Amino acid sequence: MEDILLLNTIERYLEGKMLEDEKSFFEQLRLNNPAIDQMVVEHKLFLQQMDEFADVRNFKDSLHTIHSKLSETGEIRSTEEPAGFGGKVVQLWNRYKRTAAIAASIAGITALFISALAIYFSPSADKSQLERLSRDIAEIKKTQIVTNNTLIKEAAEPKIPKGAIVKTGGTAFLVDGKGLLVTNAHVLNGSGATVTDKDGHEYNSKILLVDRNIDLAVLQIDDRDFTAVKTLPYGIRRTQPELGEELFTLGYPRDEIVYNMGYLGAKTGYKGDTSSCQLSLTANPGNSGAPVFNKNGDIVGIITTKQAQAEDVVFALKANNIFKMIDSLKAADTSFKSVKLPLKSSLKNMDRVSQVKKAQDCVFLVKTYN
Amino acid sequence: MKGDPNEQVLLKALANNDSKAAETIYKENFNMVLAFILNNNGSYDEARDIFQEAMITLYQKAKSESFVLTSQIKTYVYSVCRRLWLKRLHQIGKTANGVENFESIPVEEDIEIHERRNAELGIMDRALNSLGEPCKSLLEAFYIEKKSMDQIALSFGYTNADNAKNQKYKCLMRLKKLFFSQYNIGE
Repeated sequence: MEDILLLNTIERYLEGKMLEDEKSFFEQLRLNNPAIDQMVVEHKLFLQQMDEFADVRNFKDSLHTIHSKLSETGEIRSTEEPAGFGGKVVQLWNRYKRTAAIAASIAGITALFISALAIYFSPSADKSQLERLSRDIAEIKKTQIVTNNTLIKEAAEPKIPKGAIVKTGGTAFLVDGKGLLVTNAHVLNGSGATVTDKDGHEYNSKILLVDRNIDLAVLQIDDRDFTAVKTLPYGIRRTQPELGEELFTLGYPRDEIVYNMGYLGAKTGYKGDTSSCQLSLTANPGNSGAPVFNKNGDIVGIITTKQAQAEDVVFALKANNIFKMIDSLKAADTSFKSVKLPLKSSLKNMDRVSQVKKAQDCVFLVKTYN
Repeated sequence: MKGDPNEQVLLKALANNDSKAAETIYKENFNMVLAFILNNNGSYDEARDIFQEAMITLYQKAKSESFVLTSQIKTYVYSVCRRLWLKRLHQIGKTANGVENFESIPVEEDIEIHERRNAELGIMDRALNSLGEPCKSLLEAFYIEKKSMDQIALSFGYTNADNAKNQKYKCLMRLKKLFFSQYNIGE
């Protein structure tokens, strides 16, 4: 009972609830009695701790209240998943992405190692250094839907026979206004071909001549819808372009005609091949068979291949090969005797935009099928 | 980086137990901390715990007399949470992804102070919990909920405030005994 009384007194003292004379009496008692002084110090400390404890606990409670209030009003997120997402998956992904990344790296390294082995042990073909620039099936298939859609607008059926499988694609260009086209032989990997102009009109064509040695082929547009071009805007040059000469090309790496420019990088082609030359410009699959023009709008070459391991190293057949091809065509079929290749360009002294505008009507997208 | 004057006002209000201030800070920082912890092997509940721990650290810091905040509240809260969470991950043997969205500042010292205080408060908590009823509720009503002796007498069924007061002192003496058996005054 006395202890309780003492505790009560100490509390009142610490809370400052004592009257003046009671307080001075108690302070005197503290001075004279170390045990009581000790109790006061101890209790003071205890109350401080208790105060802080209460304080933090109340603050914690208020945090809980705030949390539930804010997550109810949506001012903070109330679940793990960010609003509107497939949370579980995201969460799993977040949790395991490290593991997944490691697994993927290991798989990647293994794959690289195996392909390195395969490359090392397989006999290396010289041609593997070169990449032919024809587009292959899968890509064409993908893009064909689009082409067809635009064709429907033109009220025309696709000219590829039903059930035929589209194989490769590339570029061809007119060498005669009546519908003779030249392209690469490697573009024509099927039994039939269609050509499409830059506006999406598709025409049937016949394969007249294929020379796999030179890698050139001649096609003829065989379609009633086709209207002959009176005079071709460009000429075909027999002489070689000069080193450093600025060149440009038009082709179909996509379903749309694409312009690219560069310069003559070397007078010979891959490994000193004199029938071709080296260009420095950007070419992609689909550019095979594309005409290479000089700044006067003369055709000086046909894009054929690019070096696989190098950027922007493209090889083009020299344009004099076109003359050779047409000559052999004339020899094989007398009905082409009167064909005359254009020699003079009407694009000279025009700015590039106008040159392209005129030339692009004579450049076609080729699709072959089986 | 100096603390923003508006933020100084906000922290002052936080120290004075203004729940609006706590709410503002909560609202502006929780999602950031949640994102950090979810990105680093944590769950929502863990994020909430860590964030509230950081809020308490900030609160204690704001209340202390020597208080100066030299960075933005956001940076401070993020740094504390990041530190606490990396520590927690380390304890359970996991690692972080190293996703760092914000700059962080050294907060080691503050966390150390906070943890020491936490340990002290843990002594009080354990002492209270081993006290048994009705002492525990009675003392909590008085010291934590700050109820008057009259209210306590009423809700605990004592005939009058004096009776309640006597009971309270008996309980208090037991609590003090439990508390000081753990707490070293020499510290």
